[in-house]
Amino acid sequence: MTGMAPAFPAIRKALPQIGALAVVLLANWLVFPGFFDIRLQDGRLFGSVVDVFVRGAPVALLALGMTLVIATKGIDLSVGAVMAIAGAVAASMTNAGHGLPLTILAAIGVGLVCGLWNGMLVALLRIQPIVATLILMVAGRGIAQLITEGQIITFVDPALIFLAGGSFLSIPMPVVLVILMFVLTLLLVRATALGLMIEAIGVNLLSSAYSGVNTKVVLIAVYGWAGICAAVAGLVVAADIHGADANNAGLWLELDAILASVIGGTSLLGGRFNITLALLGALIIQAMNTGILLSGFRPEFNLVVKALVVLAVLLFQSPQLMGMLRVTFRRAPK
Amino acid sequence: MTETGRKAVLKASGLSKFFPGVRALDKVDFELAEGEIHALLGENGAGKSTLIKLVTGVYGRDEGTIQLAGEEVDPKDTTDAQRLGIGTVYQEVNLLPNLSVAENLFLGRQPMRFGLVDRKAMKARAKALLAEYNLHLDPAEPLSRFSVAVQQIIAIARAVDLSGRVLILDEPTASLDAGEVQVLFRIMRRLRDRGMGVVFVTHFLDQVYEVSDRITVLRNGRLVGTRETAELPRLELVSMMLGRELSAEALHRGGRREVAGEPLVSFKGFGKNRYVEPFDLEIRRGEVVGMAGLLGSGRTETAKLAFGIEQADSGEARVEGHPVKLQSPRDAIRLRFGYCPEDRKTEGIVGELSVRENIILALQARRGWLKPLPRREQEEIAGRYIKLLGIKTPDAERSIQFLSGGNQQKALLARWLATDPEFLILDEPTRGIDVGAHAEIIRLIERLCDDGLALLVISSEIEEIVSYSDRVVVLRDRRHVGSLSGDEVAMEPIMQTIAGA
Repeated sequence: MTGMAPAFPAIRKALPQIGALAVVLLANWLVFPGFFDIRLQDGRLFGSVVDVFVRGAPVALLALGMTLVIATKGIDLSVGAVMAIAGAVAASMTNAGHGLPLTILAAIGVGLVCGLWNGMLVALLRIQPIVATLILMVAGRGIAQLITEGQIITFVDPALIFLAGGSFLSIPMPVVLVILMFVLTLLLVRATALGLMIEAIGVNLLSSAYSGVNTKVVLIAVYGWAGICAAVAGLVVAADIHGADANNAGLWLELDAILASVIGGTSLLGGRFNITLALLGALIIQAMNTGILLSGFRPEFNLVVKALVVLAVLLFQSPQLMGMLRVTFRRAPK
Repeated sequence: MTETGRKAVLKASGLSKFFPGVRALDKVDFELAEGEIHALLGENGAGKSTLIKLVTGVYGRDEGTIQLAGEEVDPKDTTDAQRLGIGTVYQEVNLLPNLSVAENLFLGRQPMRFGLVDRKAMKARAKALLAEYNLHLDPAEPLSRFSVAVQQIIAIARAVDLSGRVLILDEPTASLDAGEVQVLFRIMRRLRDRGMGVVFVTHFLDQVYEVSDRITVLRNGRLVGTRETAELPRLELVSMMLGRELSAEALHRGGRREVAGEPLVSFKGFGKNRYVEPFDLEIRRGEVVGMAGLLGSGRTETAKLAFGIEQADSGEARVEGHPVKLQSPRDAIRLRFGYCPEDRKTEGIVGELSVRENIILALQARRGWLKPLPRREQEEIAGRYIKLLGIKTPDAERSIQFLSGGNQQKALLARWLATDPEFLILDEPTRGIDVGAHAEIIRLIERLCDDGLALLVISSEIEEIVSYSDRVVVLRDRRHVGSLSGDEVAMEPIMQTIAGA
């Protein structure tokens, strides 16, 4: 029983997101009756639902880091570009004949450096996060193009391709990577005091600093983690297309990641965050994308429908609106 | 007619304003005569800005009436107040720096021609208007080109042109140098001679005596009195501002003790250029040192230096005789210092987080992020201090922002007590706290001192300082000007030192 009590408020808090996901999935099922069909083929799960998870992996990975950044009252616009850089590094490394471990390490290392750069601009030079990360958002694609020398570098290394096309215990690798990074992130922030410090900094930087929180180190670390998450996402995307496309890898995905965090209830004003709900947010976004593709509507509708669903989730989270509705419904029966 | 025979232009009677849990203004009468400069004085939280905001329609009043030239008025907002004839200029000039001087002067009422703004006419009128203030500049230049002092005058010109009966200047001299202050005073005097009523809010007593005709003093939301400036000695003014009646609370703590032994913390020649002049300060275990002085005298600045928030550029700090590094709050916390800031909301509490998280924050920060306090231990610590300090909260998981000021203050004290500190700095620990919690905090301070803590307590309430301090340091104009101990720790000597009389 003791385990139940705290679980209830957690689920209650997640109701808008769970509800939205259910509605989207239901809509997908209505337009495409085979939506929930899953089959096992060559030891890997296939099906539209599985596709939602696989396609949603890059945004889900970005959302893990983005949520922490947003919780500090920051934002990271550069993650899409960092994905491109990481993909370019991985592609060149593997084509230069390096093994998978070194390739992955190099890509993640470069992501970390990018994140630390952002963190230092924000924490040490006190540049507003949106401007500080805009620098790398713009410059990052250029850096990626310099690495690929303006070409789309393709590769055939099966080990690297496995990161997107392979599976582990029948679960597609991108989903495995999301689960792995999710657990790591959760451990990083909730098994240590980092989560508390992130929230404290986001709510009140000054009070946190006066209480002895090492605000600079925490901020730099958070942007660094966002860079690592972006690098992993970049690896998945590169492995998926068997190549590094400096211009298009991760393009605009930073906005989806921000959206996922916000749908997950993390306020852009900083403070309380929930990475589990941010993952739900990423799933909602991808389920919509997939649903619209399946329905045969033109993809242009995608953006409009996405906006409407986001609006609905945000309205459900608004205490003002909920209060107004409660008053209206109480009066209505009379 | 006023007592002095001049006609009252603005008369407020029995004005009250209540905020949840606070009487910001309690039945205050205020009268401004035609052709006078009237200084409105009082420490922070005295009710000056509330009074101004009621008169200018920023807040709605809960009680009382406002008369303008004998007629009852009810300004609904600042625009309404301006239309009635009450103009206000704030310390931070609230004009638009990117627009031109002329546009700033005539914003919202630009001269029009064929449905378009008539820039030529606007420029000419602006030039004429500013000439009245001896300001000869090109009104087409953006406002941001000019110094704060010039912007201030332009703001005044706009306010006078709009309103013309009453001009309220809210700390207009705070960012001006001596010469600019004189220019401003000349303008104020000229407006007075034209028959306007000028309300002058400031913290600088010299300026009050230089320019004002009458003085009204507020304290704790109540009217202390209105006096002719020429007939009010400085010392009496200071005691009006700070209060002199000794409450029963003040007699609570028996005799003053001479605390012997080596100082726990000592500062020698500690200071920072343009912040606080170098000072010497020693505090022993079990000793309470009070810090008195008017607002802006350097009390909070001293505290921030002592806690490493600001970095001293001269002198040294020692703990138990050993020189120590004091470059950041983290250094201070490592030395077992603690600091409850004056501005609880922006520097103290972490609003959205729970009472529990707020209490354990400093302890957790000192342990480092890799050694999280187990949840059960956090709850135990929070529960212990909630009980020990009598923090009124439904439970430890409540967001601290929903607690009353007094309970927030106690939670902040708990934050430091949980770190087992040796030296605590309390900056205005009783500000904005209701009477009951006020007495509790004072008793707490005494208990902490009995437990052997070294305490440095800043307060604007002299009687409060007298009640618990073993020694009192007095500051004036960012300088430590006196240190009183023994029998000198009393209302009169402290106020004399503050007034510099």
